[in-house]
Amino acid sequence: MLGLGVDRLRADMNRLLAILFHQGVLDEQFLQLQQLQDESSPNFVFEVVTIYFRESEKLLRILRDNLSDREFSDYAKMGIHLNQFLGSSSSIGAKRVRNVCVAFRTASEQNNRLGCLRALELLEHEYCFLKNKLYELFQLEQQRSMAAGVRYPAQH
Amino acid sequence: MGSTALKIDGLDEPTEVGSHRDLDGSSQELLHVLAVDDSLVDRKVIERLLKISSCKVTAVDSGTRALQYLGLDGEKNSTVGFNDLKVNLIITDYWMPGMTGYELLKKIKGSSAFREIPVVIMSSENVLPRINRCLEEGAEDFIVKPVKLSDVKRLKDYIMKEELVTTEESRVSKGTLKRKLEVSEEEDRVISSTTTSSSSSSPSSPSSPSSPSSSSLSPCSSPMNSPSRRHKTTEESSTDEPMLCRYSSC
Repeated sequence: MLGLGVDRLRADMNRLLAILFHQGVLDEQFLQLQQLQDESSPNFVFEVVTIYFRESEKLLRILRDNLSDREFSDYAKMGIHLNQFLGSSSSIGAKRVRNVCVAFRTASEQNNRLGCLRALELLEHEYCFLKNKLYELFQLEQQRSMAAGVRYPAQH
Repeated sequence: MGSTALKIDGLDEPTEVGSHRDLDGSSQELLHVLAVDDSLVDRKVIERLLKISSCKVTAVDSGTRALQYLGLDGEKNSTVGFNDLKVNLIITDYWMPGMTGYELLKKIKGSSAFREIPVVIMSSENVLPRINRCLEEGAEDFIVKPVKLSDVKRLKDYIMKEELVTTEESRVSKGTLKRKLEVSEEEDRVISSTTTSSSSSSPSSPSSPSSPSSSSLSPCSSPMNSPSRRHKTTEESSTDEPMLCRYSSC
């Protein structure tokens, strides 16, 4: 019964991953991160993604504050923030978020405030979606390793 | 574990020197890589890529810190000469606030103590003039982000070969006369088969099995020709030097 639980959870994880790849939410770089996880660094993906979330939310707040200000004009600075966001998204394989950053950056290069606002909406939406899905993935992983742990209890 | 408890300001974690030091104090088996990137996410990833490839890693968040670590920030530092702090490779992001990777590259290549250290530039953008500029300034390679395990492996193979040659050469010079006589012939064979980069007109292909990329070396007058450079993919076939970079980012 517990054995079935582990297998089912793994199947759920794989299915979720497959969907995310198919939708272009994640790309092969995410697989690369998974390959970097092993016994010596068993929570690597979770750790990196957590850092990514923290930094991304900081950047999103800055972008939102900038564009809420009607007087805002430092689009060059905005471009720098977007480059950071773009870079870290690409490093974890967050393809759709990265692509929105590219479009956002183009709008900011044109000093197109309306275009930037639209891009920001889209970016916030994509980011939220990504975050929810990755948390789902991490939860499944946690459940799976717990179920596997119960199956093979430690000897005392 | 996070990057919060910094022992040294600007470093993500203390250098791994202690844990990797061999009993005799030498750490020549493990490559020591200095990674420079202002992005914490990228630092974590490159650090892991390197560690999983059996390298020692020191990660810093700026060019300034990199120079400090090397001891190039003005003060005469005793870093040079300490075997276990010796850096075998510097890998740096291009766009960083303050000092760019390009500026860092120039500083390193302009230093007599450190110009021999290979420097690799990383960038999320595939900008040809930028790539050319870096290579002209002496960068060993230019990697388009995101960096992959295969990139690190390729770099490591190349650097290890270079280190092997250096080690062999220094061993020869330190050896006794008796040893020198018997070793010299062997050294000639080893050096001629592995030093494909320094002599660009050398036609010999390396005999070591772990360097598949060297066989694609084409004769070139550029002093920066490195054996791990592949024939470049798409854009310019008109330039002299075969480029090593990964252009695809699909």
